[in-house]
Amino acid sequence: MGTRSALWSFANKFFTCGVIGVYVSDRFVGVAPVRGSSMSPTLNPGTTSLMGLAIDDYVLVEKRCLQNYKFSHGDVVVFSSPSNHKERHIKRITALPGEWIGTRHSYDVLKIPEGHCWVEGDNSSSSLDSRSFGPIPLGLVQGRVTHIAWPPQRIGAVEKRTPQDTISSS
Amino acid sequence: MASRYIREFLASEAFKKAGREVSDVVPRLVKFLCCLQVTKTHLFTVTLSYGPSMLPTLGLAGNLCLAERISTRFEKLGVGDIVLVQSPEVPWKFMTKRLKAMEGQSVTYFVDPKNSDKSETIVVPKGHVWIEGDNIYESNDSRKFGPVPYGLLQGRVFWRIWPPKDFGSLAQNKGKDSVS
Repeated sequence: MGTRSALWSFANKFFTCGVIGVYVSDRFVGVAPVRGSSMSPTLNPGTTSLMGLAIDDYVLVEKRCLQNYKFSHGDVVVFSSPSNHKERHIKRITALPGEWIGTRHSYDVLKIPEGHCWVEGDNSSSSLDSRSFGPIPLGLVQGRVTHIAWPPQRIGAVEKRTPQDTISSS
Repeated sequence: MASRYIREFLASEAFKKAGREVSDVVPRLVKFLCCLQVTKTHLFTVTLSYGPSMLPTLGLAGNLCLAERISTRFEKLGVGDIVLVQSPEVPWKFMTKRLKAMEGQSVTYFVDPKNSDKSETIVVPKGHVWIEGDNIYESNDSRKFGPVPYGLLQGRVFWRIWPPKDFGSLAQNKGKDSVS
């Protein structure tokens, strides 16, 4: 009887911690790994390694911004890919709704529709971003990256960088 | 004088009892609210749908419906399901629409059913779905903003709980063509 009640109280505590953990990671802050080098040198610069293996950065993702979807230029965001909803990408917002963006390879400008944003990776040579799939709906954004949490020598805030190639805002 | 009263109050039995009650109730309340939120974001949610776009399935005045998020997550959605979609134009707005085509399927739609019979056929691109309201004459859906990414789907609406006379499942006319 004693072991059973101990087991029960352990299960109860485990469940409580799990639920609170899930709630916090849904609503306030979560941790996500960074894969690939599309955001290098801001994330995954490829310099940190352990015994020859490159370690991925882990970042803190803040979810409070999803209450009102207010973003600013240069925010690094996590979003689910428009072509495969199971994939998460981390990119930088370079244009917000109503602004004009010029694409580098073609010389035309296009206007970001209402409720969409333009995302680009910092490493433009190896990045799958809005230049290939166009503006993404803000509803796909899952959170804003604020800090690098791991590895320890790279702990620090992720700075906002304002882009240079937006033409004007209307 | 006042500080003496405060000290006496803090030492009194009633204060200690109240403190014990608070420390007993607050964790339970926190736990309950967390459970509620987790259920809402991962299992079921209640949604209020109103407006003319889903007539005659859902009425004008506002229906309270239950939506589940499990089939969205595990991709068990089929053509004809009523889904809860985050609007691609206004990210904090949610719409209730019917799923017309999944990725890779072709869909034929009336461009402007009020004025002409002109129809167009497109193939839904990868990772996207095509959604339409049942009332094609007054609905703001994929015919206006094109296919929406699957990531914007929030759940499948399956049960109506208000008004009480229509209480019940919403799956009965699944698959029936609402255009005819």
